[in-house]
Amino acid sequence: MIEIKGITKYFGKNPVVEDVTVTIQPKMITSFIGPNGAGKSTLLSMVSRLLDSDTGEVLLDKGNVKKMKSDAFAKRVAILRQSNHLNVRLTVRELVSFGRYPYSKGRLNSEDEKFVDQALEYMNLTDIQDKYLDELSGGQKQRAFISMVIAQDTEYILLDEPLNNLDMKHSVQIMKILRKLVDELGKTVVIVLHDINFASVYSDRIVALKDGRVVKDGLTNEIINTDALREIYDMDIPVQEQDGCRICVFFNSHS
Amino acid sequence: MRKNSTKIIILAVIAIIFILLFAFYNIRGGFDYAFPRRLVRIGAMVITGIAISYATIMFQTITHNRILTPSIMGLDSMYEVVQTVIFFALGSASIFVVDRYLNFGMAIIAMILFALILYRFLFRADKYPIFLLLLAGMIIGTLLGSLVNFLQVVIDPVEYLSLQSRLFASFNNVKSELLYLSMVILGAAFIYGKRMLSDLDVMSLGRDAAINLGINYDKMVLKVLILSSILIATSTALVGPITFLGLIVSNVAYQFINTYRHSVLIVASSLISIIALVGGQFLVLHVFHLNTTISVIINFIGGIYFIYLLLKESRAAG
Repeated sequence: MIEIKGITKYFGKNPVVEDVTVTIQPKMITSFIGPNGAGKSTLLSMVSRLLDSDTGEVLLDKGNVKKMKSDAFAKRVAILRQSNHLNVRLTVRELVSFGRYPYSKGRLNSEDEKFVDQALEYMNLTDIQDKYLDELSGGQKQRAFISMVIAQDTEYILLDEPLNNLDMKHSVQIMKILRKLVDELGKTVVIVLHDINFASVYSDRIVALKDGRVVKDGLTNEIINTDALREIYDMDIPVQEQDGCRICVFFNSHS
Repeated sequence: MRKNSTKIIILAVIAIIFILLFAFYNIRGGFDYAFPRRLVRIGAMVITGIAISYATIMFQTITHNRILTPSIMGLDSMYEVVQTVIFFALGSASIFVVDRYLNFGMAIIAMILFALILYRFLFRADKYPIFLLLLAGMIIGTLLGSLVNFLQVVIDPVEYLSLQSRLFASFNNVKSELLYLSMVILGAAFIYGKRMLSDLDVMSLGRDAAINLGINYDKMVLKVLILSSILIATSTALVGPITFLGLIVSNVAYQFINTYRHSVLIVASSLISIIALVGGQFLVLHVFHLNTTISVIINFIGGIYFIYLLLKESRAAG
């Protein structure tokens, strides 16, 4: 279980994340949603130690994240940020193999290779595993990075807007894979999403942020309704039910 | 992988041929006199080549660029500043000048501090474009150069002469007692750095990915900055500044060898350095019969290559 306790981060004088307390429930998909600049990515960066918080703490199974050893933490929590520009030329397989670094320190054994093969297959990349990343489309590249995180085989997978640059088909594909990781392998996924319908259809819990604070935190059904969404986005969003999924029809809402 | 090892072998063979040529070609006068002298010069060139390549490749990985090198950012001008300040403030009879080791130690400490400050203010923010960093590097270099000039103008003329002999080190004028010290430092740096090589591979994925994969990023950056300062200090103390060598050999290595592995990259660029230095010196001495130093030629070619890389970069950015 990851507990975020009273965490605050200032950029200059402005608080980007202010006194946020959230508990990430294990074996579930938790989506962070909210308007632009709400502090979702910043929060995720602090949970994953990419960024230091100014106050507050993050606990992983009651242990303070800052006090854990880097490589021990890397075996339990994986993070993928939005921008993934590389200075080096790598093949898909080489990139995914890096996911095993916390275990192998660069010398892959047969078990590591097995994890790499599996991760490639999960993301449907086996055919193009020997291609260089700069030869791939944005979507394929994104899948390669997610595949690296899967190869890392951590209990917690944190993803910052993984659907950026992806078309509908690949977005759905990735969300389904995340669902599978949770349902079949018992992973815990935390994901920052812009499209609330993906959040509604695929996540178990939703944490909504606005101006650096948590405005809503609960099961998906408690949050995807017109009243709660108005509080988050300042928009009147009708919610319709379709085959048991709640779909927000926000395209012609007025605020 | 196999192709890379073939390329490394080819480089090694060329390097060895040049070393043998340099050692034995047209050896006149007493063999006993000339041969040991040539060996010292070869030793200096090999050590310098390895130290500069090693430092440059590590530095470029942690700063995520392929154009800036420790030398271009003014690290070897810092060596001149330290020497000049010592001569100016304490005089040439001071223990800090006479004792080579103490002198060297002072220079290393100053260069490490300089590298840390440089990193803290320029690279840490991670958002300055490369041209700004470059401009800053040039200005810092000029500032240090002017400082050196100023002190040299006001210094006692006798002191100035002995300072000059200290600053204009070259491959023709290698201090053999420093050669042994350099070997020890280089050996220690390799033993210490060996464990870091695979961490550096991960660092080349960028800060976020490296932290995600369990690298203690800030500690790693600190280690690399210290290690590359020591290496650059070693080579500068031994043969004087060769500003553009690191830039040439690292970029030729990146283009010639297709890998992200630092163990391979560092070996390749070290061999390229040795070829450039020993081969270049050989050609200068025996083929062109020019009485110029190799560092002048390397800086000339390196400067042109540097402009080429900048133009390429600006096209890619635009």
